[in-house]
Amino acid sequence: MKFPGIYEELFYKALRIRLVEERIIELYPSDKIQSPVHLSIGQEAVAVGACQSLKQTDLLFCSYRSHAFYLAKGGHLREMFAELYGKATGCGHGKAGSMHLAAPEVGLMGSSAVVASTIPHAVGAALAAERLKKPQVIVAVFGDGATEEGAYHESLNFAALHKLPIVLLCENNGLAVHSKLEARQAYRITDQAKSYGLPVAYLADGHDVVKVHEVFSGIVGEVRRSRCPHFVEIRTCRYKEHVGPDEDSHAGYRSVEELQAWKSKDPLILNQELVAQYRPVILQEIDDAVEFAERSPWPERSELLSDVV
Amino acid sequence: MARLSMVDAINTTLHELMAKDDRIVIMGEDVGVDGGVFRATVGLLDKFGPDRVIDTPLAESGIVGAAIGMAVYGMRPIAEIQFEGFMFKAFDQVYSHASRLRRRSQGLYGVPLVIRAPYGAGVRALEHHSDAPEALFCHLPGMKVVIPSTPAEAKGLLTASVEDPDPVVFLEPKRLYRLFKEEVPEGEYRIPLGEARMVKEGKDITLVTYGGMVSVCERAAQHVAGEGVDAEIVDLRTVWPFDIAAITKSVTKTGRLIIVHEAPRSFGVGAEIAALVAERCLLSLLAPIKRVTGFDVVPPLARLEEYNYPDSDRVVRAIHDTMQF
Ligand SMILES: Cc1ncc(C[n+]2csc(CCOP(=O)(O)OP(=O)(O)O)c2C)c(N)n1
Ligand SMILES: [Mg+2]
Repeated sequence: MKFPGIYEELFYKALRIRLVEERIIELYPSDKIQSPVHLSIGQEAVAVGACQSLKQTDLLFCSYRSHAFYLAKGGHLREMFAELYGKATGCGHGKAGSMHLAAPEVGLMGSSAVVASTIPHAVGAALAAERLKKPQVIVAVFGDGATEEGAYHESLNFAALHKLPIVLLCENNGLAVHSKLEARQAYRITDQAKSYGLPVAYLADGHDVVKVHEVFSGIVGEVRRSRCPHFVEIRTCRYKEHVGPDEDSHAGYRSVEELQAWKSKDPLILNQELVAQYRPVILQEIDDAVEFAERSPWPERSELLSDVV
Repeated sequence: MARLSMVDAINTTLHELMAKDDRIVIMGEDVGVDGGVFRATVGLLDKFGPDRVIDTPLAESGIVGAAIGMAVYGMRPIAEIQFEGFMFKAFDQVYSHASRLRRRSQGLYGVPLVIRAPYGAGVRALEHHSDAPEALFCHLPGMKVVIPSTPAEAKGLLTASVEDPDPVVFLEPKRLYRLFKEEVPEGEYRIPLGEARMVKEGKDITLVTYGGMVSVCERAAQHVAGEGVDAEIVDLRTVWPFDIAAITKSVTKTGRLIIVHEAPRSFGVGAEIAALVAERCLLSLLAPIKRVTGFDVVPPLARLEEYNYPDSDRVVRAIHDTMQF
């Protein structure tokens, strides 16, 4: 597809992710989706802006909230829907679900439900790339909550000490399940990262997809050149409940105003003209992927025992 | 007596225990303001305040490690881990310290700590949210492992676990959290750890099981009753140290044994039971011991999860094989 400029291209990619997840919401009550889902709605611009300057050979490690990064990195939409449906044609053969999307062919090395657990894998991949003199950049994506785990601190120290070609990207939505960041952290994330000697960038508006892209592309270029680690924190907002397709304002852990403040800056809501322009072609692609998932077979019983050891 | 679901029975028990013993503190992710992702700790913060119901950072090793420190100091911490699959960040603390401090202090002090976690399959949420890792804890000298099978059992066993002077991993089968309600005794109610429950007496074959598999075995027993097979069902409830006397007594009577658990087969609880029965009452056996278990796989997504989780058909087939041997 041709775009008049970078804004339109990034907008299109972010809108595609949103519409995919909105389709998931529509489908969810039918029970066709066999997997719990942690939606990225509200956070799409972070994934899109970050992945824009990555090459296919650059590797990404992320968490269970991975739909946006899977799609932004180039994972196939059909295989994603098939995986959510638990079908044999899914990217995890219908065994892995939404929390474990992977597309190694485009550099999405896998995601995990265990908070912070893939950050050291990214560090190890960066170490390997460095030792084998591959020009890759490795990216670790994690939430604000993940920064409270020991594995995170071990990883930052390791990456900084060995000067590894890695970008550590914190998607800070201010929440871990229903707990606010202020109730969990005695430190400031960027200050803490600086204490390891990492160069740090902070972006207050995770909706500004062009800005995310510009900052990130500068950093990726720098890491590619210098082979040294960088840290980026981007503030963003998850619109839906922690896990599942619903709104959760009734749960009472955050105010409607907070959510509204983010929505009032959201280009995917504000720019209805572009939405109207791109929506039909994206919906077509989604229809095709859903149709593919629907007609795909269930995994055979014997699949249970495959790829085990 | 009130009719309660298992999760409500656990919540009520926590309320009652905390009211009685102010050394008890609850700590974990989202346990306070939120009331826990499965709602097991709802209302505790309002009742007992933030000094006793502690929302922690997202750091399991820190939660269990700090709970050990509190226990050694003389408190009675109950740590909640959000799902069984996230225990392993804290496994270092369990393995290296909780299970060993009594020994290391030459018996001067133990670690009166309970680690609660939702356990096993049943919410269609695959690996880390559907795992059955009990054997890993059973293997640690000094650890106790408890898995209740009904709401009333949960109350009695949780009480005994909290009162125990040593560390207990208390695993709550999430498929049972809201599956059914039953009468739960009011007031103090404890079930001593280490004692199995006779669920159903029978003379032909012994089914040893626990947790969510108890009702699966009950269905299988009902089915074979129609064919004239009288199965006995033993619910271990304390999975380790288990009630070997109850098992050998039953096997000596029936001469046949099937062990049923949802956890993977190899090196599982069933293997240890089979070994002990072979040591102690081999000559009573009329047929080889059988195990009906989960496969040696990572719990997969919903559709395949159904194949992995032992159902009453699989238990019935094993009963047929054993009876026809
Ligand atoms: C080790 C571990 N502990 C607890 C959980 C349960 N849990 C799932 S997501 C989550 C919050 C994570 O917050 P954050 O890292 O900020 O990511 P977000 O969900 O906001 O994207 C928690 C506590 C888990 N998955 N893994
Ligand atoms: Mg977060």
